[in-house]
Amino acid sequence: MNVVRLGAIARKELLQVWRDPRSLMIALLLPVVQMLMLGYGVSLDIKHVPLCTLDREGSQQSLALLKAFESTQYFDVVKILANDRELTAAIDGGTCRIAIVIPPDFSQRLNDSGTSSIQAIVDATDDNTASVAAGYAQAVVASFSQQVQLYASSVQGRPAVITPIAIQSRVWFNEDLESKNFIIPGLAAMILALVGAQLTSLTVSREWERGTMELLISTPVTPMEVMLGKLLPYFGIGLIDAGICIALAVFWFQVPFRGAFLTLFATTALFLVVVLGIGYLISVSIRSQLGASQIALLLTMLPTTLLSGYAFPIDQMPAPIQALTYLVHARYYVTILKGVFLKGLDLVQLAAPILALMLYAAVIAFFAARAFKKTLD
Amino acid sequence: MSETAPIIARGLTKRFNSFVAVDHVSFEVKRGEILGFIGPNGAGKSTIIRILCGLLRPSEGQVFVTGVDVALKPEAARQKIGYMSQKFSLYGDLTVMENLHFFGGIYRVPSAKRAERIRYAIDMAGLTGREDALVSSLAGGWKQRLALGCAILHNPPILFLDEPTSGVDPISRRRFWDLIHDLAKDGVTILVTTHYMDEAEYCDRIVLINQGRIVASGSPTELKHTPLGGALYLVECDGVGRALHVLGGTKGVRDVAAFGDALHVLVEESFGGEAAIRTVLAANNIAVTRLSPIEPGLEDVFVSLVTRGAAAVS
Repeated sequence: MNVVRLGAIARKELLQVWRDPRSLMIALLLPVVQMLMLGYGVSLDIKHVPLCTLDREGSQQSLALLKAFESTQYFDVVKILANDRELTAAIDGGTCRIAIVIPPDFSQRLNDSGTSSIQAIVDATDDNTASVAAGYAQAVVASFSQQVQLYASSVQGRPAVITPIAIQSRVWFNEDLESKNFIIPGLAAMILALVGAQLTSLTVSREWERGTMELLISTPVTPMEVMLGKLLPYFGIGLIDAGICIALAVFWFQVPFRGAFLTLFATTALFLVVVLGIGYLISVSIRSQLGASQIALLLTMLPTTLLSGYAFPIDQMPAPIQALTYLVHARYYVTILKGVFLKGLDLVQLAAPILALMLYAAVIAFFAARAFKKTLD
Repeated sequence: MSETAPIIARGLTKRFNSFVAVDHVSFEVKRGEILGFIGPNGAGKSTIIRILCGLLRPSEGQVFVTGVDVALKPEAARQKIGYMSQKFSLYGDLTVMENLHFFGGIYRVPSAKRAERIRYAIDMAGLTGREDALVSSLAGGWKQRLALGCAILHNPPILFLDEPTSGVDPISRRRFWDLIHDLAKDGVTILVTTHYMDEAEYCDRIVLINQGRIVASGSPTELKHTPLGGALYLVECDGVGRALHVLGGTKGVRDVAAFGDALHVLVEESFGGEAAIRTVLAANNIAVTRLSPIEPGLEDVFVSLVTRGAAAVS
């Protein structure tokens, strides 16, 4: 191994990335775009569900109930309906996901018998949103009922009904239960896996495609120098990308960062070794740039999106799929990132995923170092 | 040590599955000699050079470069050679200077000497003032001379040039050969391939190669005087294609080959010379515009030897 030759390759590679608009875009623009797009797009919180109301009574009590729906951030009242026809049109046309219908005898029955009912019509084409919205509606009504009861008791001079046992939950690590805090650190892992493999997948195939490889392998340069020389610039770019993603997470999306910067740096460097190694292996195996980049996309995008646990919890997957996630490198880095961001874990507490990544890196390095042969055979 | 010649090939054979690209080829190149491999595309010239550079492994036989067995110690051989591949293979998205610096680094040209060697390469290639131009923007002749410059940056004693002049204008070709001769004068051993017969004249010695086999070798003068076993005539006429067919089927005509718009016809001494050719063509209503005896060129020798070789095999 010779530092002069390694340096020559690294310098050349950096110049090539710098002059290739496509690579430059993948390296510097893609992380920002993806971070912003997915950061806003993949929020799993259901808020501001569009809601329509049809009040057939128009009493003081019915208005008070609808006011309760308006005042919660879970619903946005988008339209006040006048009749059944409008109601059907609103649900069919997608104006609202849920409609609250108050019957004409609502307050009368409430005052006479102490109970009454309202109707909620839910558009269940998206079953998850539907059930969550129905749940929210129930909660709004329950809290309204409690107020009615309290009021009735105080008027009649009876003691208020008490709930015998109540859970007082305290939420740790993600106190506001905001899904962005859970998703965005993992998003950085997905972007790094994608960008790293994309960039390096081109590095060797480009030389084959442009015919520069034949000359390169006729020189005394060693496969190890080629590999390290080519990966060094991308390691630098990867660290910059990680910096961009993490800065956006902390300063733009306001995700709490409770860990140590050094822990994050060390684990990110380790993850980059794995990511770049995979891209390099693909690039050595496939001699066309397009082919290599497609394979890299396929091998990183799907597994990291679905199986890394960045948005979809692994422990809720079927057992065979859970087993499969152990093969996904991003899984370990997602665990590390969530641990560092939300729990402030250190290297010792993260020993398990770190060791797994180290093993991964060792296996990839073993194959990558042997993959490149200086021959045309 | 018997391996004194800088380049030696012994019984070199290369098979790609069932196809034999190079078939038991042996040759030596002396120090400071320019050896030209001449033959049609697909004759095996590039394969031989790639084996000598350690890019392909020989199926049989041995190659030595400066006494080093290339198959056993490719890296030791690689520091001693400069290589220009058939396809232009410098980095088009790097500038002239960046390419030179890259190869300077790859060949570990000592930094004290690097600036001087790069200066020399730029002067040689006539690229002064274009140091910062992207290589992809250069014209063919410049690219080719820059490729040569990169190949000799580390002062290699041996130079392999695979079709270095293909796709380059005639003036640039001439200039390129002058550079090659200067290098040979300095003691660089050069193996060059070409399919331009006229370039054979620039070589000290040439090897004619066809279908992976050496057909003949010698100095250009020696080869031109290879007895062809007949008399050679230049024929210009109407319907060259038909004439080629007619003469090819005539007894006593050894070879007919098209050279541009004309034919070169080799006839046996007993055939009857000019008059007999005229008779044959007239009998087929082919009007002759020119017919004269000519001295054989290398291409005639090559065609004749290849046909004879094919006849000997069948």
